[in-house]
Amino acid sequence: MKVFRNLLAVLLIMAPVCAHAVNAREYRLDNGLKLLIVEDHKAPTATFQVWYRVGSRDENIGETGLSHLLEHMMFKGTSTRGPKTFSQAIQRAGGWDNAFTTREYTAYFEMISSDRIGLPISLEADRMRNLVLTPAAVLSERDVVMEERRLRYEDDPQNLLFMEVLAAAFNSHPYRWPVIGWKSDLKTLKPAELASYYRTYYAPNNAVIIVVGDVKPEEVLSAVRKSFGEIPRGPAIAESAAGEDEQYGEKRIYIRKEAELPAVLSVYKVPGIRDEDAYALDVLATVLSEGKSSRIYRSIVYDKQLALSAWASYEGMYRDPFLFMTGGTAAGGKNIEDVEKAILDEIERIKKEPPSGREVQKAKNQIEASFVMGQDSIYMQARMIGAFEMIGGWRLLDTYLEGIRKVSPEEVSRVARKYLVPERKTTGILIPLKKGAGL
Amino acid sequence: MTGKTGGLRRLPVPFYFLLCLLALHLTAIPATAGRTADREVLSNGLVLLHSEKTELPIVKVVVAVKAGSVVEPPSEPGLSNLTADLLNEGTAKRTSRQISDEIEFVGGQLSISGGRDYVTVSLTVLKKDVELGFDLLSDIIIHPSFSRDEIGRRKAIIKSSILRQKEDPGTIASKAFLKTVYGKHPYGRPVEGTEESLDSISRRDIVDFHDRYYAPNNAIMAVVGDLDRKETVSLINRHFRDWRRKDISGGVPEAPRPAKGRKVIRIDRNITQANIILGHLGIKRDNPDYYAVSVMNYILGGGGFASRLMDNIRDNRGLAYDVRSHFSADRYAGGFQVQLQTKNSSANTAIDEVFRELKRIRSKPVTDRELSDAKAYLTGSFPLRIDSISKMAGFLVAVEFYGLGLDYADRYSGFINSVTREDVLKVARRYLHPGDCVLVVVGDMKKALLRY
Repeated sequence: MKVFRNLLAVLLIMAPVCAHAVNAREYRLDNGLKLLIVEDHKAPTATFQVWYRVGSRDENIGETGLSHLLEHMMFKGTSTRGPKTFSQAIQRAGGWDNAFTTREYTAYFEMISSDRIGLPISLEADRMRNLVLTPAAVLSERDVVMEERRLRYEDDPQNLLFMEVLAAAFNSHPYRWPVIGWKSDLKTLKPAELASYYRTYYAPNNAVIIVVGDVKPEEVLSAVRKSFGEIPRGPAIAESAAGEDEQYGEKRIYIRKEAELPAVLSVYKVPGIRDEDAYALDVLATVLSEGKSSRIYRSIVYDKQLALSAWASYEGMYRDPFLFMTGGTAAGGKNIEDVEKAILDEIERIKKEPPSGREVQKAKNQIEASFVMGQDSIYMQARMIGAFEMIGGWRLLDTYLEGIRKVSPEEVSRVARKYLVPERKTTGILIPLKKGAGL
Repeated sequence: MTGKTGGLRRLPVPFYFLLCLLALHLTAIPATAGRTADREVLSNGLVLLHSEKTELPIVKVVVAVKAGSVVEPPSEPGLSNLTADLLNEGTAKRTSRQISDEIEFVGGQLSISGGRDYVTVSLTVLKKDVELGFDLLSDIIIHPSFSRDEIGRRKAIIKSSILRQKEDPGTIASKAFLKTVYGKHPYGRPVEGTEESLDSISRRDIVDFHDRYYAPNNAIMAVVGDLDRKETVSLINRHFRDWRRKDISGGVPEAPRPAKGRKVIRIDRNITQANIILGHLGIKRDNPDYYAVSVMNYILGGGGFASRLMDNIRDNRGLAYDVRSHFSADRYAGGFQVQLQTKNSSANTAIDEVFRELKRIRSKPVTDRELSDAKAYLTGSFPLRIDSISKMAGFLVAVEFYGLGLDYADRYSGFINSVTREDVLKVARRYLHPGDCVLVVVGDMKKALLRY
């Protein structure tokens, strides 16, 4: 069980392509809108997705959480169609819709019978242009986000640990704050900031449309051109120049919170998937942690029985260097120091001695197979293409598996030695306040 | 799929699990794929459902064994789940490590899931590895070794995960709710058991439980993917020929008793939100009112932003991120619940509004627009419910288990479209009981100051 394993890690595992290379058709309208279409005729359904190149990394201190709040507001209505119409219209057509915000991007999607794809096309075009952001509606939705924040972070000790460790790991890079934003910023939010944010980032030249499913590309292109073609190009958006200075030793933090089991989370700053070392880092995480035959599970959960769960994960789907993570939750009555040390022992071991050829081959097979299996879902295909597109171009997909295949056992050891070092590391420990829960 | 670093959804994941994935629950019972699947009862009694899908070189197999917690002895909660959990921890010829290493070397997955009505063992492999996949699948189902060493390990892990559940206010609320609503009925017990009950389970109990219930004539197998019928039958014949028919005896659990009056359970925790569940018994899956209830619940709180509860409590009042209602219509009983989370100080207001909506839908017919919207969604979304190999495999198992028939696809729209406004009012009055319900609140009681 990998408590912290997130979608992007899953995407990365699924990412590689070779035998089943993604066959996307790429178009660009005059206003800068990019359109990627993948035909998949397994079933009479399709997904329509609009990805905006804006996420919490584009926010400023004192105004965190805007990207995510704007995502919520995108469902509240437009000047042309009125309030409370978006999801209702999609559901009336037998579809469903949702959205997600990350540090790098904000994406909206619909799942629907492919013969009805015209509906999300016109609705998405409408809200790219005509969103209504009244102060009262913004503040009411801010309250909903505060509830979401309580639910996801404030009352969930391990998520809180995660949030605090990231805040400690990064000094100057906006990756340090949570996508949902700081509570103090949400409290003092000014609705006008949100309107300006919308005008800046929600423009065709800052968006990519991704369609996967039982569609005819020419028909989709024509419908997209009709609905989105008239939307004027927005002003050019400056690339955020955020960076992160060097670190001089391991950082440690502690969270004291009502909980049952202590937990540890260690993160190491590592380059993203555009770096040549990414392939070996992905194989490293897979050897350490993918499945019950992986090293960390075998040693710490199974043999030593120290942890309820223990894991490692490479988070490379970011434009700037992000993190390699390891973590664990102590088993009942076990000490978290022992879990932390056992994970570290596995890391030191792989630094000294390369994994076996069979272990590396297994990791490659796992990465390759999960890519093929991921194609079972049109939704996951679109998310994978979108995630790559946002950080450097969907065509990176085509080279990824080739890179994975070339990784040698020695390289796995080498990247462990290079990156899993105290000068890149931040560790957080969750100390349960409840009496008698270990530690 | 929720991300800690990514993926903050506008709606919590469970909402769209309800809407899109196959589930045993009302909002999600999908129509079938009768035209694309065939059914056969093999000579050992195994029901085989097969659907060939050649677009990807993948095979998915789901074996559902009717050995869920509903058949375990009341004195040994957790026995069914523990037995299932141990299947891939060693067989007569393979150790736990060999099993995981063999399947993971080819990038396949072999997973087990406990449950109330049945447990599932699932295999996903590339077509080229299907021989190995079936070998492992049959080995763990037919010949698990249940070594004492592995039993000890799994008990310890399950006990730790029970501890971990106590960090989650939603799980605390749900366990208290089920226990109170179902009483002595097996659905009131946690599938994973309790820390104490696990201690009392012996190896003998596990071996006996497996001997008694893991039989082909007590199981359903769905095979979906890049395998034709001949290949499928040949694989089953070779790998499952040792799986012998058994006499399966077992009664039907006594129906749970409906609550009288309101019962309020308060659980005090130092947290920021009151986690609220309100509800009572519902209907079984074979109830003829199932479809009218589906429509009614969509309008009340099953339909996301199209539902009254979401519109009132989230959209208009900003009181909650997630609020929904849900009928779980299972084989032997069913439940109804509304659940939401709101800051402690808003708990009373949110509960007031839930009661107001329950009373409203019981007192006045829904509008024509609400009715037609609900029908349009329920009938129009079924292609999405079976549009992948994974969804199809799970779906076929449920269609078989609930006896819906492989022509369910053709009939489902008819069932839904025949529901009238009067039917909706009738089932709201018949199956919603705001006066006789269980209310569970997990939160900071000093701040919530419950009036209930």
